[in-house]
Amino acid sequence: MVADLAASFPARSSPAKLSSADIFTARSAYDPGTIETHLCSRRDEGKKSLCCYLMGGMSRDWLDILQAISHGGANIIEVGIPFSDPMIDGPVIQAASRMALDAGATPATVLDEISHVEAGVPLVAMTYYNLLLKGGLSRMAKHMSRARISGSIIPDLPPEESGPWIREADGSGIENVMLVAPTTPVDRARRICESTRGFVYCVGTMGVTGERDSLARTAREVVAKVMSVTDKPALVGIGVSTPAQAAGACSVADGVIVGSAIVRRVMEGSGASGVEKFVRSLRDAIDS
Amino acid sequence: MVMGDPGPGGKYGEYGGRFVPEPLMAACMELEESFRSAWADETFRVQLNAILSDYAGRPTPLTECRRLSQRVGVRILLKREDLAHTGSHKINNVIGQALLADRMGKKRLVAETGAGQHGVATATAAALFGMECVVYMGELDTVRQELNVFRMELLGAEVRPVKSGSRTLKDAVNEALRDWVSTCETTHYCLGSVMGPHPYPWMVREFQSIVGEESREQCRQLLHGLDPDWVVACVGGGSNAAGTFAGFISTTANLVGVEAAGGAAISNGAPGVLHGMMSNLLQDDTGQVLEARSISAGLDYPGIGPEHAYLASLGRARYETAGDGEVLEAFKLLAQMEGIIPALESAHAIAWVSREAGKTIPFGSTVMVTLSGRGDKDVAQVKDLLRGG
Repeated sequence: MVADLAASFPARSSPAKLSSADIFTARSAYDPGTIETHLCSRRDEGKKSLCCYLMGGMSRDWLDILQAISHGGANIIEVGIPFSDPMIDGPVIQAASRMALDAGATPATVLDEISHVEAGVPLVAMTYYNLLLKGGLSRMAKHMSRARISGSIIPDLPPEESGPWIREADGSGIENVMLVAPTTPVDRARRICESTRGFVYCVGTMGVTGERDSLARTAREVVAKVMSVTDKPALVGIGVSTPAQAAGACSVADGVIVGSAIVRRVMEGSGASGVEKFVRSLRDAIDS
Repeated sequence: MVMGDPGPGGKYGEYGGRFVPEPLMAACMELEESFRSAWADETFRVQLNAILSDYAGRPTPLTECRRLSQRVGVRILLKREDLAHTGSHKINNVIGQALLADRMGKKRLVAETGAGQHGVATATAAALFGMECVVYMGELDTVRQELNVFRMELLGAEVRPVKSGSRTLKDAVNEALRDWVSTCETTHYCLGSVMGPHPYPWMVREFQSIVGEESREQCRQLLHGLDPDWVVACVGGGSNAAGTFAGFISTTANLVGVEAAGGAAISNGAPGVLHGMMSNLLQDDTGQVLEARSISAGLDYPGIGPEHAYLASLGRARYETAGDGEVLEAFKLLAQMEGIIPALESAHAIAWVSREAGKTIPFGSTVMVTLSGRGDKDVAQVKDLLRGG
């Protein structure tokens, strides 16, 4: 069974097949892209990284907020492309998806709008696979590339099914980021870490996106698991919502991903300045 | 082999697969492994069959519809899943999954439900096995099927109305999956149809194949060793149809699935990914999933099980539609000609047969229809519709 699954993982170009023994040489087997280079150089300087999420098209001023997130000190911005059925998202991002769709957002409008702004940091698109399939994998990868998107996170596209998208993403210079969860067995985590590009998305807690009262114990465990099998950057997301939680996660991880806490502030009308202030508080916490 | 084991990838041609976030992968793999081992274990089969006969009332009869046959000009045989415990075929799958969950040491069941039949069946199985049970149901459906909500509560389940999206079955599936992401170590997701990530489409079809196996043998007894010319079942996600077709896939019978006209994933959908599977989906030009709309909550699903999409692509089964008006007529027709009040879902199959008798179905043909459930749950809604509210 394990062998079957390994065979169905996407084969990578040069070298075509990596055995698990090759894992620690895997990074030299391809040219790291913008995101991975960026995150690795920050790590080499002893700095932690902050990735912030914003739902594309969720408000009229979303591009202003995007820039405010950058000014607040984010190192990467994850831009959500709204989908009708966001399976891994909790109530806040579900509501933001609905708002964006009701306002007429489509993959094309989000990508077109974003291509008009200078974010100042690398961008990652987060969306669900059906939108890529319907838009055409090749066309969507090229559209992302034109919009100066550097990476993709497609949570409902596990490694076994990701071959077709990765071929297109690789061809367009899009780094496809994969997830490792608390329940992922270590052998599987190793193969995921071989396949991921940009960084490893460490799912901090078993659950949907959303704010939690405290950082789950599983967050540290999943980071430890990931770091035992790869030297690619490990960022913790899902359930990281306060400066204290971000700092806690960064005591083990290379960085954090904060989503719902930002999106909620946008929905509550914090505006660009309020969001910038919050992002700065996250920045300060992980830098201190 | 068509309708066989889809293998570790769970593929039916290009359809199926396992499109779930990484946190659910381990749970899906554990479930697949447990199902494979249970299904190959004689003890599990014996236990399951004992519950199905002593508790769920199997085998269900095959009923010859003498008056209706005379009226429409084709010989109609009904596989009476309406007579199974809880009033529909849903119990077959649920008993199987609850027994499996018990074997896996899971103490809690979550389920989605549309019309409420699967929710009632799951609540029933949870009571039988002494498990905790939470059922997600679209808010709109909790209104349409108020009695089933009460029934589930009476059985000790908690019904959580789902207020997101279209507030119907599709959104109930999303919420059940979200619950499962956080609880999969202690909870089994008792999915109600031949849909979702691998192994569900295969496992649910296997648990429902008893409908097809029984009815094939019952037909052969009645028809002196012959198989019916046509085998017809309604399709939402498609579990009663999959179970039925599995029994007739190796015969020469024409297989027909009848979708609601407002939720016709085969006729009006396109390939896509939703709820962990690649299948046909109602969607807009950009890939947003559309809402299905029909008179029956159980068929209000914008997708269809991946194996049905595959059978359609092979041409081995055909998928037709029935509209709300003719479904209501069929509902009355079966009640008045045979003394059987069908579920609105099942009435879609009857509607198609009575419309197509003498057209698509030549006069004199023998047609086996799976009557997936009984209509008690729909009586209040139909009363409002017929009497104008």
